[in-house]
Formats: sequence, structure tokens, C-alpha cells
Amino acid sequence: MLVDLLLEPLRYGFLLRGLAAAVLIGIICAVIGTYVVLKGFAFIGDALAHIAFTGIVVAFLAGFVFYLGALVAAVAAGLGIGLIQRRVGLRTDTAIGILFSGIFAFGIVLMSVGIKTYTVDLFSYVFGDILSVRPRDLLVILGLGGLVLLLIGLLYKELLFVSFDPVAAEANGLPGGALQLLLLTLLSITVVASVQAVGVVLVVAMLVTPSATAYLLTDRFHRMMLLGAGLGALSALVGFYLSYYLNVPSGGTIVLVASALFALVALLSPRRAQLRLLVRG
Amino acid sequence: MQVQTELQPSAVTTGEPVIVVDRLTTGYYREPVLQEISFAVPRGALVGVIGPNGGGKSTLFRVIVGLLKPWQGRVLVGGRSARPSPDIAYIPQIHAVDWAFPVTVWDVVMMGRYPRLGLLRRPGARDRELAEWALERVRMHDFQAKPIGALSGGQRQRVFLARALAQEPSILLFDEPVSGVDAPTQHFIFELLEQLCAEGRTALVASHDLSCVAQRFSQVLLLNRRMFGFGPPERVFTEELLNQTFDTHLLLLRYGDRVIVVESPEDGTSAC
Repeated sequence: MLVDLLLEPLRYGFLLRGLAAAVLIGIICAVIGTYVVLKGFAFIGDALAHIAFTGIVVAFLAGFVFYLGALVAAVAAGLGIGLIQRRVGLRTDTAIGILFSGIFAFGIVLMSVGIKTYTVDLFSYVFGDILSVRPRDLLVILGLGGLVLLLIGLLYKELLFVSFDPVAAEANGLPGGALQLLLLTLLSITVVASVQAVGVVLVVAMLVTPSATAYLLTDRFHRMMLLGAGLGALSALVGFYLSYYLNVPSGGTIVLVASALFALVALLSPRRAQLRLLVRG
Repeated sequence: MQVQTELQPSAVTTGEPVIVVDRLTTGYYREPVLQEISFAVPRGALVGVIGPNGGGKSTLFRVIVGLLKPWQGRVLVGGRSARPSPDIAYIPQIHAVDWAFPVTVWDVVMMGRYPRLGLLRRPGARDRELAEWALERVRMHDFQAKPIGALSGGQRQRVFLARALAQEPSILLFDEPVSGVDAPTQHFIFELLEQLCAEGRTALVASHDLSCVAQRFSQVLLLNRRMFGFGPPERVFTEELLNQTFDTHLLLLRYGDRVIVVESPEDGTSAC
């Protein structure tokens, strides 16, 4: 009976694709989200998603594949933010805020001016639509996600050292600046891979919430990463079925499940002190 | 010129200098922090870099590890221009580290091995042996499974010293190791630094705290944007030079081989 309920939606190809995409995104976002949570990159992730949207609009108007537009915009923005951070120091959130909301506003206006004649609804990228994932999109998500996971796997120890103690890591001869830019580039790629399914507005929740939940459950970096990936995948899975049977938007439901898991763990966690550390930053 | 990096247990503070700073001027954003600094450190020396906060101690260390370039003059380490390398262990001030990070004592010490391992290689048996040895050396072996956030200030300093040792450096740069640390740990850290230098390593230690460390150093550099003195402590620790460096009125009291510095008037007494 339960098995039937679980299997029913999977008879449709587009639903199965949507589920696969959601779970993949849940995993990738939480893996890169481990760095986002620990380094305080949530706002940057949010900015990248908004800038990617403008890239999508521009690509659409110019007749490119939308991923290309999103990728170019997000990676350029990520590198730009990284360079600003290195030069000016840490108080860059105002500059990022001005820049990203400006670029996002440009995208919105451009869309309404340029795409009147088309039936295409680019607004689905704002809130995300998991059911619009085509076979080609799934391949792109798989490719981009695989690239992100591969690079994090290969540079695991270097990225850990640089994230924890950037000054000592650089003094020891690790290329600190390059590794930090790489991290921002991987964040940009992750955001682009996720934007279609969960939407510009909710990407940041997928980046932050499962990883933050994992942080409350362990004090080892690699466990936080693995646990976060598991929680991200679980949120996607549960959220997918809930959205199917309750007939509500998938992106929102997935994020709600992730938020509920966080609330549950935060209330029950014996490591309440961890929460305070996390929130204070 | 090739300088041997092998550690010689019997090394003494003679021979070719390990660090040469020659008419160094540098700073940040066109604002000079250090001006016309010149000194040379022999192998095996334990050098105190003494000066007020903001006097350029950390800046000097950043130049020696190669994170900051000289504007004028030059800095040679082992005969070559300073550049980042696992051969120099830099222990920054610990308040710069994020204590909420989910890593254990063992994880932190192991990081000392990462730069030597190079890309794509995972730590092996020898790396674990060195990490164990380093933890033994700072007497933190029993704490290896503890999260870094659960340690006291003194224990944190020991862990970072262990990470530096695991790195197998010939030079150690230690920024403010005794600030916020209890007296027994201060004592322990300096005992260990003395041993390390006797084994042929060279150590530079920054401190703004005078009295506790005065006797420990083989050489002292007085630094407040400019250099106010460099040499053995008995020659450099004079009331005149110290007052020039700190730009205050300090009273220097000597009891045998102990020096007590009295800061005047309302700062109270600092002694140990």
C-alpha cells in the first residue's frame, strides 16, 4: 500500500526525472553548503542565484542555452566577489547587496520588456519547477554536480585547511587565494545547477539548512558533509512526495521539509550550544 | 647558496644566519608599517620580537613567511627570498581562528602535514606518526579526539604548536603565544621552545608582555614601526630602549637574573 503510494508517481518519466534532479541537488547543495555555513557565504550564495537569473534572461533573449548564460553570470559574479573580498577585507555585504539586487532588477525588467511575445514563463526560475526538468537538464545537473563533487573530493584536505585557518594554510605554501576563488566558483556552479528545480529564491535554503542541521549533530568536518548530503537528499525525497500528493509547489515543499528537520534537531539536540555558535557566527 | 635544512641536535647559534632582514620597509595600502628594519638571526636562536600592539610584529612575521612583499630592502630565509613554504611554521594569533569549526585536535595537527603531502595524496602512516609525536611533545595526546572549540586558551596554543611541529619546520614564528594563557602553560611553551632551538630549529616569538619572557630569549628585537634595538636581552633590555620602544615610562627592576617591569602610573604591575 505504502509501496504503491511511493511508486505511483514514478511511472511518469517527468516525475521520475524531477525526483532524481531534486535528490541530486539536495546532495550537491549540502556538500558545498558545508563551506557556505562555516564560512558565512549564505548571502553570497543568495546573490549568485539572483545574478544567475539575469544571466538566464539574457541567454534566452540572445538565443543561447540558458545554462550558459546562468553559468557565465554566476561564475563571473563569484570571482568578482572573491576578488573584492581579498582586496577590501570582509565587510563586503553592502557592496554585494547593491550589486546583486541591481543586476536582478535588470533581469526582471529585461524579461518583461523582451519576452512579451513568448509563452515561456521565466518566472518558474524564480520559484523553481521540478517538473520542468527535461532529460537534457538532468544530464546538465549530473555533469555540473559531478564536477563539483569531484573537485571537492580531490582537494578535500586543501579546502579544509584553507577554510579553517587561511593565514596558516597560505604561509605553509598552499595557494590560499586560488582555493578560495575555486570554492566560490564551485558555489556558482552549484547554484546554476539548482536554480531550475528549486528557484532563485530558495537555492540559499538548500545551501544552508541541511548543512546547518548536520552541524548540530557532529563535530567532525567530513561527517557534517556526509550527514548534510543525506539530509539534503531526504528533504528532496520527502518534499517531492508531499508536493505530489498535496498538489503544492515542489521547491517550497522541499525547503519546508529541510526547515522542519532543522527545527526538530535544534529542539532535540543535546548540543544546543552549537546552535548559538552557529548563529553568532 | 644552499642552506641545509637537516636539523642538527648539536647546532649552536653560530654560522650562516638563517634569516636576514636588510633595510626592510613595508606596510599595507601605501601606509608603511615597518621602516628600515635590519637584523640577522643565526640558526638555533630563540628571538623575542618585543613591542607594543600595532608596532608591526605580525607584519614582520608576514614578510618573513612571504605573505607580504617588502617595498624596499630584502628578506632572505635560508639564503633565498622569503616565500611561503612548509619549512617555516607560522602560528598566527589564535583569536584569528574560527573556534566554531567542526574539527578535532587530531584534525588540526594533521593539517600540518597537508602542505608537505602535496595535491591528491592522503596522509599515510608516517604522517600519523609525526602527528602523534607532535601531540606527545606538547602533552596534548589525551585530547586528540576533543573538538577544538572545547579547549582552553592554553590548550589551543599547544595544539597549534603541535601542528607547527608536525610540519617539520626548521623555523618557527609564534605570534603572541602567551597572551590569554595561564602561567604554567607559558612556562611549558617556553621550555619547549628552548628545547626546539637547542635541537637546531630557529624560533621568533612576538610578545608585548615583557617581564615574563625577558630571560628566555637568546636575542631580542625591539620593534615599534622602527627598530629600537637588537641583541642579547641583557644588552637590549634597558630602561631607555624599552621606554623608547613602548613610548611610555616603564620602570625596570632587576632582582638577580629576574627582571620585573613596572608600568607607570595606573596600568598596574606586570610581573611573573
